[in-house]
Amino acid sequence: MNVNQSAPPVPPFGQPQPVYTGYHQSSYGGQPGSTAPPTPYGAYNGPVPGYQQTPLPGVSRAPPSSEAPPASTAQAPCGQAAYGQFGQGDVQNGPSSTVQMQRFPGSQPFGSVPLAPVVSQPTVLQPYGPPPTSAQVTAQLAGMQIGGAVAPALPPVGLGYGPPTSLASASGSYPNSGLYGSYPQGQAPPLSQAQGHLGAQPPQRSAPPQASGFTSPASGGPRMPSMTGPLLPGQGFGGPSVSQPNHVSSPPPQALPPGTQMTGPPGPPPPMHSSQQPGYQLQQNGSFGPVRGPQPNYGSPYPGAPTFGSQPGPPQPLPPKRLDPDAIPSPIQVIEDDRNNRGSEPFVTGVRGQVPPLVTTNFLVKDQGNASPRYIRCTSYNIPCTSDMAKQAQVPLAAVIKPLARLPPEEASPYVVDHGESGPLRCNRCKAYMCPFMQFVEGGRRFQCCFCSCINDVPPQYFQHLDHTGKRVDAYDRPELSLGSYEFLATVDYCKNNKFPSPPAFIFMIDVSYNAIRSGLVRLLCEELKSLLDFLPREGGAEESAIRVGFVTYNKVLHFYNVKSSLAQPQMMVVSDVADMFVPLLDGFLVNVSESRAVITSLLDQIPEMFADTRETETVFAPVIQAGMEALKAAECAGKLFLFHTSLPIAEAPGKLKNRDDRKLINTDKEKTLFQPQTGAYQTLAKECVAQGCCVDLFLFPNQYVDVATLSVVPQLTGGSVYKYACFQVENDQERFLSDLRRDVQKVVGFDAVMRVRTSTGQSWLEKSRLGTKPGREASGTCNICSPDLIHVASGIRAVDFFGAFYMSNTTDVELAGLDGDKTVTVEFKHDDRLNEESGALLQCALLYTSCAGQRRLRIHNLALNCCTQLADLYRNCETDTLINYMAKFAYRGVLNSPVKTVRDTLITQCAQILACYRKNCASPSSAGQLILPECMKLLPVYLNCVLKSDVLQPGAEVTTDDRAYVRQLVTSMDVAETNVFFYPRLLPLTKSPIESATEPPAVRASEERLSNGDIYLLENGLNLFLWVGASVQQGVVQSLFSVSSFSQITSGLSVLPVLDNPLSKKVRGLIDSLRAQRSRYMKLIVVKQEDKLEMLFKHFLVEDKSLSGGASYVDFLCHMHKEIRQLLS
Amino acid sequence: MATYLEFIQQNEERDGVRFSWNVWPSSRLEATRMVVPLACLLTPLKERPDLPPVQYEPVLCSRTTCKAILNPLCQVDYRAKLWACNFCFQRNQFPPAYTGISEVNQPAELMPQFSTIEYVIQRGAQSPLIFLYVVDTCLEEDDLQALKESLQMSLSLLPPDALVGLITFGRMVQVHELSCEGISKSYVFRGTKDLTAKQIQDMLGLTKPAMPMQQARPGQPQEQPFVSGRFLQPIHKIDMNLTDLLGELQRDPWPVTQGKRPLRSTGVALSIAVGLLEGTFPNTGARIMLFTGGPPTQGPGMVVGDELKVPIRSWHDIEKDNARFMKKATKHYEMLANRTATNGHCIDIYACALDQTGLLEMKCCANLTGGHMVMGDSFNTSLFKQTFQRIFSKDFNGDFRMAFGATLEVKTSRELKVAGAIGPCVSLNVKGPCVSENELGVGGTSQWKICGLDPTSTLGIYFEVVNQHNAPVPQGGRGAIQFVTQYQHSSTQRRIRVTTIARNWADAQSQLRHIEAAFDQEAAAVLMARLGVFRAESEEGPDVLRWLDRQLIRLCQKFGQYNKEDPTSFRLSDSFSLYPQFMFHLRRSPFLQVFNNSPDESSYYRHHFARQDLTQSLIMIQPILYSYSFHGPPEPVLLDSSSILADRILLMDTFFQIVIYLGETIAQWRKAGYQDMAEYENFKHLLQAPLDDAQEILQARFPMPRYINTEHGGSQARFLLSKVNPSQTHNNLYAWGQVTLTSLQPPPLNTWQLLPCSSLL
Repeated sequence: MNVNQSAPPVPPFGQPQPVYTGYHQSSYGGQPGSTAPPTPYGAYNGPVPGYQQTPLPGVSRAPPSSEAPPASTAQAPCGQAAYGQFGQGDVQNGPSSTVQMQRFPGSQPFGSVPLAPVVSQPTVLQPYGPPPTSAQVTAQLAGMQIGGAVAPALPPVGLGYGPPTSLASASGSYPNSGLYGSYPQGQAPPLSQAQGHLGAQPPQRSAPPQASGFTSPASGGPRMPSMTGPLLPGQGFGGPSVSQPNHVSSPPPQALPPGTQMTGPPGPPPPMHSSQQPGYQLQQNGSFGPVRGPQPNYGSPYPGAPTFGSQPGPPQPLPPKRLDPDAIPSPIQVIEDDRNNRGSEPFVTGVRGQVPPLVTTNFLVKDQGNASPRYIRCTSYNIPCTSDMAKQAQVPLAAVIKPLARLPPEEASPYVVDHGESGPLRCNRCKAYMCPFMQFVEGGRRFQCCFCSCINDVPPQYFQHLDHTGKRVDAYDRPELSLGSYEFLATVDYCKNNKFPSPPAFIFMIDVSYNAIRSGLVRLLCEELKSLLDFLPREGGAEESAIRVGFVTYNKVLHFYNVKSSLAQPQMMVVSDVADMFVPLLDGFLVNVSESRAVITSLLDQIPEMFADTRETETVFAPVIQAGMEALKAAECAGKLFLFHTSLPIAEAPGKLKNRDDRKLINTDKEKTLFQPQTGAYQTLAKECVAQGCCVDLFLFPNQYVDVATLSVVPQLTGGSVYKYACFQVENDQERFLSDLRRDVQKVVGFDAVMRVRTSTGQSWLEKSRLGTKPGREASGTCNICSPDLIHVASGIRAVDFFGAFYMSNTTDVELAGLDGDKTVTVEFKHDDRLNEESGALLQCALLYTSCAGQRRLRIHNLALNCCTQLADLYRNCETDTLINYMAKFAYRGVLNSPVKTVRDTLITQCAQILACYRKNCASPSSAGQLILPECMKLLPVYLNCVLKSDVLQPGAEVTTDDRAYVRQLVTSMDVAETNVFFYPRLLPLTKSPIESATEPPAVRASEERLSNGDIYLLENGLNLFLWVGASVQQGVVQSLFSVSSFSQITSGLSVLPVLDNPLSKKVRGLIDSLRAQRSRYMKLIVVKQEDKLEMLFKHFLVEDKSLSGGASYVDFLCHMHKEIRQLLS
Repeated sequence: MATYLEFIQQNEERDGVRFSWNVWPSSRLEATRMVVPLACLLTPLKERPDLPPVQYEPVLCSRTTCKAILNPLCQVDYRAKLWACNFCFQRNQFPPAYTGISEVNQPAELMPQFSTIEYVIQRGAQSPLIFLYVVDTCLEEDDLQALKESLQMSLSLLPPDALVGLITFGRMVQVHELSCEGISKSYVFRGTKDLTAKQIQDMLGLTKPAMPMQQARPGQPQEQPFVSGRFLQPIHKIDMNLTDLLGELQRDPWPVTQGKRPLRSTGVALSIAVGLLEGTFPNTGARIMLFTGGPPTQGPGMVVGDELKVPIRSWHDIEKDNARFMKKATKHYEMLANRTATNGHCIDIYACALDQTGLLEMKCCANLTGGHMVMGDSFNTSLFKQTFQRIFSKDFNGDFRMAFGATLEVKTSRELKVAGAIGPCVSLNVKGPCVSENELGVGGTSQWKICGLDPTSTLGIYFEVVNQHNAPVPQGGRGAIQFVTQYQHSSTQRRIRVTTIARNWADAQSQLRHIEAAFDQEAAAVLMARLGVFRAESEEGPDVLRWLDRQLIRLCQKFGQYNKEDPTSFRLSDSFSLYPQFMFHLRRSPFLQVFNNSPDESSYYRHHFARQDLTQSLIMIQPILYSYSFHGPPEPVLLDSSSILADRILLMDTFFQIVIYLGETIAQWRKAGYQDMAEYENFKHLLQAPLDDAQEILQARFPMPRYINTEHGGSQARFLLSKVNPSQTHNNLYAWGQVTLTSLQPPPLNTWQLLPCSSLL
């Protein structure tokens, strides 16, 4: 791929090339290009700007990539590249892998295709009818970009991606940046790749011209051209083209012979081929081959290619009437491409508005002035300048912020800056913290705030001369002047009551009612705590954790324990007055583990014994939290409560709950009540907890309904976590629970935190200087120069809405009693006023928190975004994963207030509007029957469909009310990576790739059609882990994995694989372990046999299929979405 | 006269009864004209080493409204095996067991010397005694340590099968579970919240049996002790545990900032103690022993806030209606006291602190339940330690000098009705034919409950003669009164002590001399004093004094002999001669005067006044003053400043204090060290004599009096000076003292042996 690109592109695409090269970088090396790419690289690096754009280019790349893509693209090109490529790629890919690769392949092929197709299409189209159909269909499906027409042209190519379409799409992207323009050409090259490389290329190029014919207009026009490109084909060929690029077109089908749409079907068969095909492709297009892991899917497209043998056959039958699943955008492909394209090179954050690699890609980050995407991800890195534009596009402007995100070991955690007694340097007016974007003026004596433009004096001790570029000489010595993320040591002004905090405390509160005892939970937990207490989080190199611990057990009453080190034996204090909870002891409740070890051990030994004969089944809940909170209050520290609870709290006490589970409410207007807490008591309680910095982590072990919706209110509002182990049995769930517990206890956590997000050009400072009146808060600090009583700088964007696990007592401060590295806050922005294209938009997220050693700190994350006046720029710099994160959280919150159906409709409408706006404003004209998706949002429909059919929004019969509330709660604080895999699970074939390969096997799409009964698959979504065993798996495999002789002897529902000493077993177990390590929660393994009753459970996660609860299949939903869009457009 | 004195003394020794009048005026009108009401002091459990309890049950009159017990005053028809009740004249058949009865074979209860007899009831389950310690932990380290030691020591004094429990309190209240191994367990309650008995029992898990009830009938007997057993355990089982637990008791850990009092939840602690016993052992003998080192400062029953700058209420505040917590607190403790009394338990209060501890508000707890009240400066004093030890003293039989859950019933013959009682009792509200409509003290009933009593507990019982003036008193008829006291002996037996007495009627017009001669002025003084003190609890001080004065005047009018307009001609007969003097000192006593006493002190004094026997009460009214000198054996002298002489040693016993006062010369001699010189051994003896006598008093008295050893000019001499009749003013006194100072002589040499003067006491 690289080669292609590099060579041809270089000259023509000068700029773009770099981009490409970037992508291709590696692997695709296969082709000559590989060498070439390297060079480009160099270039890239150098030209920073190039880089930045690169991402953008990425989009644009698509086109070029398509060229490159051909080979490399397939893999390397990351999402963006991929996208771009699709358009064109298809063409080229088409032939080879392209087809499969929805994006690249598609795009590339397109490039080429277009050429051919251009002409042929018309004719072809019809002819296609049958065979081609598939192609078209696919194309359509792939659709997104595919120009069905193209496909025809190049049989092979055409298959997947209507080249033209692809082009179109590609072009679509192009328009955005000048760079793109070049791309188109680039595309051409791809074409060449498509087939006879050399020969082909030329043609391709020529093609481009042709394409250009189409494209040119497009290209000619800034962005439009690109669109047009496709259009042309589309138009020209009308129906056929439909399929094209980005757009799956339900319409296309229409346009085409009726059957067309359905044509898709051919796809399916191909899958089979896929395996073979890849090979083929590879061979065929040297370049492609390697790339197209994904090909399998594409396989179908291939069919088009006679070469592939088998395919041909199937295609015909397939043509029937479905959209070809392989032709529609595949998440797998997109992920794979992004990985290949962007995974190997560090992501350098120095440039404004770069779109980072996808969350599914492993990449390193170099902080050069903007916060790492691990901390902040945005739905778009290019923000419309005006609110009108934003409204038009309907693309939510949101940032997903994970302030304390864990970093891989290779990346340094934020530096801690100490500004001494005066505290961190801040803007006097808007209180923004010193950051790399602040402008020093007047020789360094003053600085202009980049957020509100206020000119501030530089304190003498901070003064430094400026160099000739106006930069401070010491800029690189000071993290706050050179990095996107860093920490300040907070002064006493930032502390509650103007006192430095004491080290936080952990309180373990254990349910010892009958259920807890009987299930063995208490014994297990007490045993585990004995060792776990040695691993409390500690700061930096501290030898010992500063965290103190306390213990409480409870059923209907609470038992506190005095474990003071001086005691010979622990003392138990029973508090029965649950109506009016209080802490019965002061001294000896919270202790240092090492000092009181003997007493603690003795206590933990005795707890299970003491309650061994309990008959108490009733429990309380609110008083338990209250007690923990009061204990922290008495000790004057922040901390965390670990609650281990088993049942609905029905004992007479505040917060007593009723069993109100009522499935009849589902799909009624009252459904929302199932998600709302039963009583307001918990909110009040949570508020008190937050004020005290008391975070609550809840471990639930229910045997029946426990009203998670209500119980999780406090954890939710205090930044805590909820873990649920239904029907807990020590034998089965021990590992999962203990693993979660260990992780939860050990993870680094900040307490008593306040987060505020400031945005450039001043957020609206309507607030009077609340700062003074609320010491101890992030906002605190007084302005001694200007009195910000009523400053209203109305311009730019402003954080207006927040999603996550926290509490807000006003509209700007996110208060988190506790915050760990897994917790994410999604922030939505709205325009206050026009943004400036030049200065872009700045975000500063400041988090004031108490570290686990009791140090008060401020963590600052800065991020600069671009601003645009062209919608296309917006669409080219979006991140679908982040968008989905936002939309899911938005929807999941919506169910509290609106009927679920309304929420679903809102989502669909919004999505349709986004896409329609694109179609209307950014895409080249094409037939209405064509579904055109922006490259960056190719996956929006499939992901959105996953959200829509998730348990919360469309529950299946087996999903309990508690499960829904639990999931709803979980999603609220998920980050982008988690939502991504949660909504679209990863399905990994285990036996397809050679055992020796060390890498993770390439995923397949989550659809039953992708499962072959001779294989074993692993499916994970961050919470669940299934091992699906096909009915006709080889015996050897069964033997080496399960240590039984046949499929029938495998225990269904097995949760542990036997430890066997053979490569396959090791590999699978290793893979499972590594998957678990990636997730913040331990995923319990469930072995599912094909045709077994457990399979229902498993199928629930095959999200591209129709779900039992009525969720649409991907294809259906795409059609529906298209319909919606068309309605909007007409 | 002598005969009456003997009669009175004999009656007191045999029956524990002293009547104000030993011959009774025969009509209501005459009785009221006697001024001093017909009343008696009854010591229900007076120690009678010579009286072995009989091991059978009493025979009751079959009339349901009477139910009097067969006694020596009944007429018996030996042939018909019938006896006639001397109260209602009902003729009753003897029970079968009495078939062998005859003139020569009489059961004990018919013999005249057994006018007081004690029956042992064999029926019913015996339940062990219960001691529930309620311990304040907001004490100074020293105090707490001393208290812990006292408590640990007390464990060895308890009957081995007694149940003990421990509640500690400070800011919170902890009920300790005593049977836990490996972990010490306690239930904790907020000190600020008033809880109902039901809530307390729920929270302590004492109301479990609800579900196992139906099924586990056989298991239930075990269940019951088990449940309560968590908090109340036989001492022999948990002796070690409890000793350790007490040893580990720490001061209340909650910080007390400067300028604050510790938060002390006495009210809730007491409430929980009461609730705990109420739920587990109603109507069995139990003592709640409250040890507190300061005023309750929070929650129900709080007496003062925790701000030190706001002092605890004084009499002045109370008069000005400025004691904002008093009413509420009093109400709280009264409620508790009444509940406790209903359950037959008693509450002791041991309050040791330099400042007040809220006894005023809490007094009813001890007063209504017959508990002890002890007030001291610190738990680390012998006053407390010995007093506390004395609670567990034993009598000649080796039984504890305590009894529980007593019911006192009074039956009178027709001409009399019972008007009320004053003492450590509560009314049981039993109306009957012998209940007067007029109330004196706690009236309106013929039965009272005395939850805790000891051999000296004494009640004043007041009667009313209801015979109409024109109705003839039966010639030679006698009025009879029967006191029936049912109680739980410290050996846990149920016992009934029956005292039946009779007195002659006399027509006041014709036989006034008789009546006059039979006046018991000591008893009368005490009974009047009790009435006065009882009134003082609810009325303004001056009103009470005025009432007392008027009574005295009326009495003198009635029985004095004088010529009009001639004060010197006034004479009172011997049987009245001391009475005015008693009244004089009573007027000055701390029972009626609150000046210079804190409300707590007043409550404390009144508490003891209302329960001690006649001798002790008299000492309280009029302290005894002995004078020791070389001039002769120790002699009682007038409680007058003129008794303070330079060469005398004075020993004053006010019941609450024992003061030894060295006259000026004596003090100087001692200072000069004469007592250490062999030739002045007699001086040494002189110094020693009052000490020995004081020791003897200290040994016997409960509560331990404050022991003050002072001398002329010593600051503590105020205890003496405040009691004596100030016939000489301070100025006189000291001027006079100075004179002697100039002529200091050595003490007389060893010329005669001091007599043991204890005999005088």
